[in-house]
Amino acid sequence: MRKDGEMKMIAQNQLIKQKKGGVFNELFRHRTLYLMTLPALCFFLIFSYIPMMGVYYAFVDYDFGKGILHSPFVGLKNFQYFISGGWDAPIVYLTKNTILYNLVFIILGNVMQCMFAIMITTVVGRLFKRVTQSVMLLPHFVSYVIVGTIAYNIFNSNYGVLNSLLKALGGSGISVYMIEWIWPFIITFFFLWKGTGFGMVVYLAAITGFDREVYEAAKIDGCNLFKEIRYITLPMLKPTFIMLVLFSLGGIMRGQFELFYNLIQRNGQLFYVTDVLDTYIYRAMTVNFNLGTSTAAGVYQSVFGFILVVTVNRIIRKTSPENALF
Amino acid sequence: MNNHELSASEKGLKIFFYTVLSIVSIVCALPFILIISGSLSDSVQILQKGYSILPRGFSLDGYRSIFLFPMQIAKAYGVSIFVTGAGTGIGLTVMTFCGYAISRSELRYRNVIAFMIYFTTLFSGGLVPWYIVVTKLGLKNSIWALIIPAICSSFYILLIRNFMKTIPDALVESARLEGAGEFRTLLQIVVPMSKPILATIALFLALAYWNDWYLASLYISKADLWPLQYRLYNILNAASKIASVGAENFTSKILPTETQKLANAIVATGPIIFLYPFLQKYFVQGISIGAVKG
Repeated sequence: MRKDGEMKMIAQNQLIKQKKGGVFNELFRHRTLYLMTLPALCFFLIFSYIPMMGVYYAFVDYDFGKGILHSPFVGLKNFQYFISGGWDAPIVYLTKNTILYNLVFIILGNVMQCMFAIMITTVVGRLFKRVTQSVMLLPHFVSYVIVGTIAYNIFNSNYGVLNSLLKALGGSGISVYMIEWIWPFIITFFFLWKGTGFGMVVYLAAITGFDREVYEAAKIDGCNLFKEIRYITLPMLKPTFIMLVLFSLGGIMRGQFELFYNLIQRNGQLFYVTDVLDTYIYRAMTVNFNLGTSTAAGVYQSVFGFILVVTVNRIIRKTSPENALF
Repeated sequence: MNNHELSASEKGLKIFFYTVLSIVSIVCALPFILIISGSLSDSVQILQKGYSILPRGFSLDGYRSIFLFPMQIAKAYGVSIFVTGAGTGIGLTVMTFCGYAISRSELRYRNVIAFMIYFTTLFSGGLVPWYIVVTKLGLKNSIWALIIPAICSSFYILLIRNFMKTIPDALVESARLEGAGEFRTLLQIVVPMSKPILATIALFLALAYWNDWYLASLYISKADLWPLQYRLYNILNAASKIASVGAENFTSKILPTETQKLANAIVATGPIIFLYPFLQKYFVQGISIGAVKG
């Protein structure tokens, strides 16, 4: 333990040092620390900032051989395919699907996580708690390729579990991969299946952190289990819930590529209800080799997503500043 | 809580919770059981009657076929293990350095750097420019294409920074008074104290690398460099192509049968299942720390 006076002197010295000298002085004085940030900064420069400039690709007819500067500028031609077709244009149904799916994922996901966290903390029996929690977390650990396998194993029309069950019961088989309306439910189911156990842990941690005395006091006042959940646990979980929902809202134009891609793969019949921007962009590039359309859709996704984040953040700042993202 | 008399309705609620949790647990576990029993089934019976929850017949042919060509699976395992090991090691090092540096309050531009890192989560150039950059670096069909593009995550760096900020300044300063340089301070004082968060991030990274097929699908066309998950992805894809032609016509040995697919799925997930009890404990602890301090 050092004396207060000594500490103050050191602090003052540092303040004076900091005021002195320009950028280079600062960089030189803490060169080791700045050097430590260098690998990460190089990474973001190469893999994030340089590609940001690549937004320009969307406006040229890119030629791999000639490079970006010698490819002819074509204006909005690359966007043509993406935005044409009136209400059936890719831009319309892709935006709709992306936002709706993500909204459902965020809201339903968090509600489920909350619910199961409350249930697990309410039941007694250590073994039961531990087993249920472990089993619910298990899906988080497998890859989405496995998730795709599971879906295929259940739903494929030749020998899927569902069809063999239906046939065993005397019914006729159904081709699930041909039925459009059922897929939003299947996709949402697998999203919840894979993510609930993981997301729940945060809520469990929050509940464990709550003051036990509040519960004890409530019990003495004759509060039963229903009231305890309704008037103590839920209100105390509200800030965590709001924070997590807001945090996810920023990424609403992106995400869950692997889920969609592995469940649907290249099943074109289902695209109208199951395609999101991420999968469309990926396919445009890797399957159809249409770099122009892919980049154009990517630019739309980035710009629109950015506008959304900034707007959401501005609203949050007005209503609940402590949750603001930046 | 236990010494409290429960009313009938409270008991009812608890029974309801037990029931729901049990059902949810079964729903979570069932797909794994389906895959395991599928992989142990007899492929001829599968073709006739389809999959079921319990194995149809019993046969290890699915697994046997994988080990008919042991080099293939061994190579994929090798790639996955190398990618997971190198990716986690390098990633953790790079992110720890950066997170530590921007956690130090004497660094004047720490917030500028933090914002530069954070901004990458708000705006991105999209898939195509990123793909072109990676290709121009000559990473196509190189094992590093599976590692480098995913080595840093801005979220993890900020998580490390937030954790290290809670370490008392006095500790760092006393190390410095004793003449320790930045690297020694970091390695001998800060890293040991940050073990919980670093272990969690190492786990997250390792899991992401192990389960990755996306980078391979973009950058690797040589089958020799396929990691496990992408190899599995291709096996399944081949199988679904056959299914669309009519599976009854394809019982030949070259194309994967249904049971072989599932056996491959089990083999690709293998280590994770074995490590799960151990991993899960740290995982839960880690997320809890992140939630409280993040």
